Amino acid sequence: MAGTRNNKKKESSAAGKAGADSNTGDVWVVIEHEGDLAARVSWELMGEARRLAADLGTQPAAVVLGDGENSGQLAEQAISYGAAIVYIAAHAALSPFTAEPQSRALAGLVGKYSPGIILLGATTRGRDLASAVATDLETGLTADCTSLEIDPGTKLLRQTRPAFGGNIMATIISPGHLPQMATVRPGVFPIAKADAGATGKVVTYRPRLAAVQPVRRLHYLPELEDEASLQGADVIVSGGRGMHQARNFSLLEDLARELGGVVGASRGAVDAGWVSARRQVGQTGQTVRPVLYVAVGISGAIQHLAGMQQADIVLAINNDPTAPIFNIADFGIVGDLFEVVPALITEIKKRKDGAGAGIVFDRVVAEQTRKEAAK
Amino acid sequence: MSVHSVVCVKQVPDTTQVRIDPETGSLIRQGIPSVINPFDLHAVEAALHLRDEQGGRVTALSMGPPQAEETLRKVLGFGVDRAVLLSDRAFAGADTLATTFALAAAIRKISEEDPVDLVICGKQSIDGDTGQVGPGLARRLGMSQVTYICGLEDLDSEAGLIRAWRQLESGRELLEAKLPAALTVTEVCNRIRYASLPDLIAAAGKPVEVWSAGDIGAERSRLGLKGSPTRVNKIFAPPARKRGEIFSAADSSPAAAAATVMDRLQDRGLKMGRSA
Ligand SMILES: Cc1cc2nc3c(=O)[nH]c(=O)nc-3n(C[C@H](O)[C@H](O)[C@H](O)COP(=O)(O)OP(=O)(O)OC[C@H]3O[C@@H](n4cnc5c(N)ncnc54)[C@H](O)[C@@H]3O)c2cc1C
Ligand SMILES: Nc1ncnc2c1ncn2[C@@H]1O[C@H](COP(=O)(O)O)[C@@H](O)[C@H]1O
Repeated sequence: MAGTRNNKKKESSAAGKAGADSNTGDVWVVIEHEGDLAARVSWELMGEARRLAADLGTQPAAVVLGDGENSGQLAEQAISYGAAIVYIAAHAALSPFTAEPQSRALAGLVGKYSPGIILLGATTRGRDLASAVATDLETGLTADCTSLEIDPGTKLLRQTRPAFGGNIMATIISPGHLPQMATVRPGVFPIAKADAGATGKVVTYRPRLAAVQPVRRLHYLPELEDEASLQGADVIVSGGRGMHQARNFSLLEDLARELGGVVGASRGAVDAGWVSARRQVGQTGQTVRPVLYVAVGISGAIQHLAGMQQADIVLAINNDPTAPIFNIADFGIVGDLFEVVPALITEIKKRKDGAGAGIVFDRVVAEQTRKEAAK
Repeated sequence: MSVHSVVCVKQVPDTTQVRIDPETGSLIRQGIPSVINPFDLHAVEAALHLRDEQGGRVTALSMGPPQAEETLRKVLGFGVDRAVLLSDRAFAGADTLATTFALAAAIRKISEEDPVDLVICGKQSIDGDTGQVGPGLARRLGMSQVTYICGLEDLDSEAGLIRAWRQLESGRELLEAKLPAALTVTEVCNRIRYASLPDLIAAAGKPVEVWSAGDIGAERSRLGLKGSPTRVNKIFAPPARKRGEIFSAADSSPAAAAATVMDRLQDRGLKMGRSA
């Protein structure tokens, strides 16, 4: 692809001319959406983009890739969350999302407007799109970042992320390459306060894309409520072999419902056939980062910990006081789960004053107290 | 009807054992066993399943140090037909962009002899955890890109189409992609087989071909550390989790323990009641 290679050369020589502190391009956030519904992480990233752009003396911008149908509405929302500019790429091939036309449209916008940084959610779509674009542009991409900052000296983006199953943290930079691209883990940054009165510029771009694309979507099945995703859940209640039988998981569903969470599992429970493999947390399952992780009847094997040790708060319930899960738990109850879980459910019900009362985590308090607890 | 799949498999350190040396601040590499990236076993299974159903061939491809041969030996034992290891000092230190450059060059070479219909990767590697190599290969090879597959629906090699379910945060979608396609598969896509005795015996007689940078005709400036736009600036240990407050239900009562824990959770940001 000679075109993209030329493109890259132009960008890196521009970076070279201005010297090491040259990342003066804007900070873009790609707004992920299904129809008119934006993924929450997009607005989390808008707040980060504002902060990074302020440190660089550039502007925060949003990119909406779609068929144009909901673009205006999403653009307005992006402006309310702090975008100074919204680039709308509109083409029938951009909805529903498939990687090929999306990456071509985004690469086209990059070629035209030369951003310094592009942020996307580290979701299945964000990673899919980011990897394709970074390959086309031959630029650096850092996956699944949990913290971002501008180096005050070099003005490079310092991207910090967990690696090796969360056993180490690494800070990554991409010197001499623009744009600097990162996918960012959902739920790590708070959503910026929306300001309905904010103003911003909207730029419309019409990418040239083939009408027939190599991948097309035949069906979309939104997640059923009882199998809501572990990703992005504030509260996860997981059960292990200590649950003894598939039907006992209804106890965990009750607790999860009271806490506004979803049910996960250890591989022990999955291998026993009690829970679907899609619920498995751990090295060979999913890596999760809820505010609260409740481990019920789970011993705490290292492969399980690899998937949940980044939770803000861990609560363990186990009848074996020597279970390793207690070594990493903020709170633990040693006891029979068939007594303790019902007691927790009763206690929560008692504390919710009246019907319909909700339960939420104040992420700011959770984060602050986590840091204090770690001291 | 027959399909030629290239499966990308990576040898990774057992990440549960990876630590940072508190003295030097560097990664402790010594004594850490290497394993096949667990998600790649599902990629191998997907390829073998399609071959067993429709005929064709499975080629396993890995880039890594000489000892990564063990990983390829293991997948030969599952019944993979051919194994290629890219091993050369020039490949060392590659980030995902330099990795896809090398793997794509190798896949082009493999394709010259026997055209490749599918490239199948794991959803991510457990050391890098990026999930960027599969999509990168799709772009470099000009193949259809279908990631995070949670179920293969069917492959119609006559029509040159594959249909697969893709896992999203908000649900699932059924995609139809033109061949050739580059896929990444998740752990729920299939169940990994046990190696059968005949396959294990056949594997013992199969070579692992080792290719250098020269063999795939790749420009050295685009490989390894040289070809990698990203640099690791710093590594450090994450804040360690400590043992917290453990209450005994037997000492008080399940109800009392539950009440104490709820107090603590409320101190830590849990809000409930109408005010929430
Ligand atoms: C390569 C590899 C990858 C792996 N990947 C994963 C992974 O992704 N995720 C994962 O979870 N595991 C994984 N494992 C498996 C892991 O090593 C453990 O075997 C598994 O996590 C154990 O599950 P468990 O804690 O549910 O079961 P167990 O270890 O059997 O623990 C059950 C616990 O329940 C407690 N218990 C029993 N009855 C009660 C009761 N009435 N009340 C209270 N407590 C009770 C027991 O005290 C015990 O601690 C992996 C292993 C390998 C080798
Ligand atoms: N060095 C490598 N050799 C072969 N395949 C690889 C290599 N690195 C990554 N892959 C493949 O790409 C997938 C995703 O890896 P990653 O992008 O590193 O998370 C893995 O599951 C492998 O299938």
